Amino acid sequence: MSSQPYKWIGTRPNRPDGADKVTGRARFGADFNMPGQLIGKVLRSPHAHAVIRSIDTSAAEALPGVKAVVTAKDFPEQPNVIVPTGEMQVNLRDVTRNIMAREKALYEGHAVAAVAATTEAIAREALSLIRVEYEVLPHVIDVEEAMRDDAPVLHDHLRTEGVKPEPQKASNIAKRMENIKGDVAAGFKQAEIVIERSFTTQPVHQGYIEPHATLASAAEDGQVQIWSTTQGHFQVRGFCSRLLNIETSQIRVTPSEIGGGFGGKTVVYLEPVAVRLSQKTGKPVKMVMSREEVFRASGPAPGGSVKVKIGARRDGRIVAAECTIALQAGAFPGSPIGPACWTSFACYDIDNIQVIGYDVVSNRPKVAAYRAPGAPISAWGVESALDILAQELGMDPIDLRLKNAAKKGTKTSYGPTFDTIGFVETLEAAKNSAHYKSPVKPGYTRGVAAGFWFNVGADSSAAAHVAEDGTVTVISGNPDIGGSRASLALMAAEELGVDYEKVRPVIADTSSIGFNFVTGGSRVTFATGLAVVNAVKDMIRELKGRAAKTWGVDPEAVVWENGMARPAGSNVGEFDPLSLAQLAASAGKTGGPINGHAQLNVQGAGPGFGVHVVDLAVDRDTGIVTIDRYTAAQDVGTAIHPSYVEGQLQGGVVQGIGWALNEEYIYNSKGKLDNPGFLDYRMPVASDLPMIETILVEVANPSHPYGVRGVGEVPIVPPLATVGNAIARATGVRMTDLPMSPPKLSAALDAATPRMAAE
Amino acid sequence: MAKLHISTTINGEPIEFLCDPPQTMLEVLRDQLGLTGSKEGCGSGDCGACSITVDGRLVCSCLMLAAEAEGHRLETIEGMARGDQLHPLQKKFVELAALQCGICTPGFLVASKALLDRNPNPTETEVRYWLAGNLCRCTGYDKIIRAVMEVAADMRETAR
Ligand code: FES
Ligand code: FES
Repeated sequence: MSSQPYKWIGTRPNRPDGADKVTGRARFGADFNMPGQLIGKVLRSPHAHAVIRSIDTSAAEALPGVKAVVTAKDFPEQPNVIVPTGEMQVNLRDVTRNIMAREKALYEGHAVAAVAATTEAIAREALSLIRVEYEVLPHVIDVEEAMRDDAPVLHDHLRTEGVKPEPQKASNIAKRMENIKGDVAAGFKQAEIVIERSFTTQPVHQGYIEPHATLASAAEDGQVQIWSTTQGHFQVRGFCSRLLNIETSQIRVTPSEIGGGFGGKTVVYLEPVAVRLSQKTGKPVKMVMSREEVFRASGPAPGGSVKVKIGARRDGRIVAAECTIALQAGAFPGSPIGPACWTSFACYDIDNIQVIGYDVVSNRPKVAAYRAPGAPISAWGVESALDILAQELGMDPIDLRLKNAAKKGTKTSYGPTFDTIGFVETLEAAKNSAHYKSPVKPGYTRGVAAGFWFNVGADSSAAAHVAEDGTVTVISGNPDIGGSRASLALMAAEELGVDYEKVRPVIADTSSIGFNFVTGGSRVTFATGLAVVNAVKDMIRELKGRAAKTWGVDPEAVVWENGMARPAGSNVGEFDPLSLAQLAASAGKTGGPINGHAQLNVQGAGPGFGVHVVDLAVDRDTGIVTIDRYTAAQDVGTAIHPSYVEGQLQGGVVQGIGWALNEEYIYNSKGKLDNPGFLDYRMPVASDLPMIETILVEVANPSHPYGVRGVGEVPIVPPLATVGNAIARATGVRMTDLPMSPPKLSAALDAATPRMAAE
Repeated sequence: MAKLHISTTINGEPIEFLCDPPQTMLEVLRDQLGLTGSKEGCGSGDCGACSITVDGRLVCSCLMLAAEAEGHRLETIEGMARGDQLHPLQKKFVELAALQCGICTPGFLVASKALLDRNPNPTETEVRYWLAGNLCRCTGYDKIIRAVMEVAADMRETAR
């Protein structure tokens, strides 16, 4: 536990938006309506890869009730420039093609046209009247196949970046990257044991329960209002401004409550289309995706392949490590290959590392960020290989990791040298946990793995206002996706020395607060939290000035303690302390309203590490895996509101378990997704799981006044290998392809024990 | 297509509405009656976000035709609190942080209440299986299950 005595930080009060969310009062994306609104619907490509020869919208336009139809012609061409969104980078030229196909449809579900009509039924009918002439092309789904020389090429202009000499031929490999530390060849010469394996994963969807939804209203004077479920309303504004050539300040985006995102709501799909339809019709336009559309056209996280080679000495010290990762980007370049590469060996202090990454396009929806983008895939390979190493050396898997753990001063393969980090403490916490110390029940086996995420800082703005009665409003600009309002209010209350209940946190629209980067990268409590703390500090400076004025002393002679202004010492004079309420009441006489502001580009996000332990059983006949016990330990910096920190760990773990055991995109031979619904894309349900135990290891981040580290992403990194390692130890069969679903697992077990299967 | 005239009871209030024969109860609740507390996560009966009760029976309103409401008593999340008093389940969900984004919460609350109404003393396994029709992607279910178990215990205590 943290050594600093805090009054509010570390407590578990009710969240400020709690009552709204348990009564149905909270308004999510699809809950916004405007008088006279039209309903917008998207026509999507039935083909995985096809040239669009022509689109005839005349019959649809003639249908009574249809007010407008748009195709790519309604969106201006965009330059070939890269802009950041969330944790990923996107190319505007590609974004405009993703929201509305131009020359080609590049995946099944790719938007080709959209209509706005008076009712949803008419809009649907209109879609069926749009005639699109396609020339169907050969397609490619799999990442390894897409990399082959004879694969169908998605983009004729695409040349592999990062290879010399610059290639002349178009390729689906958008980029090759490498990061190298030391000399791996020399390192492997010192190795007494070398483990070399290949692993693969399938794409998985973020699986937020709320589909994408937006309502856009473009007025005759050019002003645009948008309500949207998003992780970044400033990004929605930015994209709509760029994609539709509207001045940024003419667009006001109000974020709704958001029903989950996990990275998948950091990009735009519907918003620019709704705005364009609204511009054409002069009416508000509401658009909501169906679940099927969410699966076919949004997200997912990439699938990929990971080849790992690790060399160690007999005592367990790793002397060289190599890995090659290829990730599906979907239809346009831009998979999270960078983070996949950088995180691969980030947990370990290894002198010689070589990581090579490929970003590969194929005929699937463009991938979006998903919780620690890329990291779970490389960790699946690396942490599985380490488990094999531990088995071959006969070493405890936690001891092996302790022997090689990164610490303060360890230089990563991708550049930075770690400051204070908590990986060793987290490994020790897992090792000393009640779970790890308990004997494994008969019929069960235990698996262990670790994971890493950088965490993100970036741009945040915040403001703090004192109301006339001395209560406080704290204004920030990041949608609250998992209780961040509570964390921000706790930090503000702590800083100000007032009760948590006296602080009301508000999330402002894009016109009511300065720019904020997305809710993503585990940055809100850290970076926006810092902005809130600084805004409160700014307000305290003002409050001290008002007290000084009241007393006729220098502002430096006033201190702020426990929510009151006091004289700094007895030499200042005998004054009774002034409370926030008193200062607020006299504000009119001392200089008017009392506010504070802060804006910053936050650096120094403290990286986080997780170590997970699972006990599970495998039914050899059915391949069904039963999880009996699961513990996640993580260095969380300071847990501002521990319940929500635990919740991040528990939620991330369960998403990881789904990724490990069941979730996958299944394509048929025509390149069409066969499982675009929750029945066939099976996410974990309550009866699949035990309680998820958490251990919060508080190693403060030196770059934050309250020691905050991001916590949301790390917990999805270890579970894939944690589960796989336990399955390998249970069955003797090392699964190398995800998901380890019952049919695949039972087939692998049968193949490994042919005699038993034949009996 | 002629509209159907339906008379029903929602959260104790007599309600009449007109609907088209293929319209679902969820559509009418959300789009016509302004009861947007019931959510659409899938529209196919797989996520439970649209859970309501019909004569006390737990139903996915996305799978129910609006016309089927005729003569029945419906309860939605909007009817769960009594006056300014939250239902114990609603209170406990907030206290234990059994929600993160909150989109699944109305469905879980309606489903949990339906469980406790018929089984005031469920085991953890019974709670997990009863709620297996409700998807939550944020919480990993841990705090939801704990909240339901604690409320069940509290309510048994009060009933004594
Ligand atoms: S919306 Fe009814 S079950 Fe998902
Ligand atoms: S709290 Fe987000 S889906 Fe349950």
